[in-house]
Amino acid sequence: MRFSGFRVIKEALTGHRGWGPLWRNPDPQPAYDVVIIGGGGHGLSTAYHLAKVFGGRRIAVLEKGWLGSGNIGRNTTIIRSNYLLPGNEPFYEFSMQLWERMEQEFNFNAMVSQRGILNLIHSDGQRDAYRRRGNAMRLAGADAELLDREQVRAMYPWLNFDAARFPIKGGLLQRRAGTARHDGVAWGYARGADRLGVDLIQNCEVTGFRIEQGRVLGVDTTRGYIGAKKVGVAVAGHTSQVMAKAGLRLPIESHVLQAFVSEGLKPVIDGVITFGAGHFYVSQSDKGGLVFGGDIDGYNSYAQRGNLPVIEDVAEGGMALMPAIGRARLLRIWGGIMDMSMDGSPIIDRTPIEGLYLNAGWCYGGFKATPASGYAFAQLLATDAPHPTATAYRLDRFARGYLIDEKGVGAQPNLH
Amino acid sequence: MLIPHPLLGLRDAQEFTYLGDARLLDRPDGLADGAAAAFFDYAYLRDNPAGIHRELWFHEQGDRSWLVVTRNTLTHEILGAELARDVARARQGGAA
Repeated sequence: MRFSGFRVIKEALTGHRGWGPLWRNPDPQPAYDVVIIGGGGHGLSTAYHLAKVFGGRRIAVLEKGWLGSGNIGRNTTIIRSNYLLPGNEPFYEFSMQLWERMEQEFNFNAMVSQRGILNLIHSDGQRDAYRRRGNAMRLAGADAELLDREQVRAMYPWLNFDAARFPIKGGLLQRRAGTARHDGVAWGYARGADRLGVDLIQNCEVTGFRIEQGRVLGVDTTRGYIGAKKVGVAVAGHTSQVMAKAGLRLPIESHVLQAFVSEGLKPVIDGVITFGAGHFYVSQSDKGGLVFGGDIDGYNSYAQRGNLPVIEDVAEGGMALMPAIGRARLLRIWGGIMDMSMDGSPIIDRTPIEGLYLNAGWCYGGFKATPASGYAFAQLLATDAPHPTATAYRLDRFARGYLIDEKGVGAQPNLH
Repeated sequence: MLIPHPLLGLRDAQEFTYLGDARLLDRPDGLADGAAAAFFDYAYLRDNPAGIHRELWFHEQGDRSWLVVTRNTLTHEILGAELARDVARARQGGAA
């Protein structure tokens, strides 16, 4: 089944009886060439790219719940490539380029909307820092524009420009950034992978690894033993739990990040805005709700819900930036569990166990990386060599001192 | 969350800042053999349990004492709090 405008019209005229399920629901085979643990965005993207780009393998994705039931459906849907450090920016720009062509590739509407992201500037020092960041972005092939105060005012005249403490002095704009329909991304990759012959196996929790002489042979699951030549783990939030079954301790803590949606409003924000003086960012969904968030709660958690102090902090950030937000009522608040790594950057690497590969540590920025993370992990699984833009994401970089610390706060996961 | 401070009673968790796993009390000996490996483990690797977690909280907006709080990371239920100095002294006493 292929989606097209013609097909939509035909189905509309024939009572929508021709639509089928987007993917099969197969039982697990006894063995595969590659088993990917985790049927979220990164796992499904990995399976899709492994089948499409590198091909010729029997692949399965094992998911303990249903596809896309984790952070891919719990994030604030922002896509961007506005990083600073050379280990990060080329990777995120590669991801941005994949966002720009993914819908045509997998023939599914992920509602990728390049509506722009604006990082606000509130001081001269911050302008210098953002000018440097913008230059770093352009060196990696991304787009960046430094706006002055009046250019920002022309875009968003209702921002709090003359606040006594944090006046708005300009902004760094990436026009190619934007938002995407987060569930649609998971469904698009799932459908694409399924059509390429990948078995997507749901309600199948991995309970252990079979490892002999330092080499992984397969995984024990709630649906029986499944043999595998290679096993890739992409289970953000529970990485430490899954990898502990293979005897590994990781440079990761799990933390809860909350997100917020207001009641539906008429269109007011056409892009994404980030506050530069506190941690607050906001966009408006196509249904009209303001989607916003801020800091992680800051303590280890697997609870998928947070506490009131962070809600108050986020609300204060919103009020400082756009006082009008105080008239909107909150509709929903929820939490997701983040792999917070020790330097705030991810890991895509082999592990000390042969045949076992790890994709983890995305902190609270994993959604925008979904396409490139899957592509790079697929390349690593297929060729045992990293993707050229992902060479810095080594598991052993902490021991070697090659940290990628965008925020410069050291080995303190709750500060990244 | 309310943290039962051993000296001050129930205090709002907002008065505290969080550091992490209470094993950070066990700072390795920098002069021992294998100190680099021990410090890598100390600085970067975490058990990150889903369940009972003993962790360090600093009463920054209060009496500026460090506490070892026992908390369930699956439910946020707080099961107890001790002064970190008492915990550290008990460990030293045990080692001597």
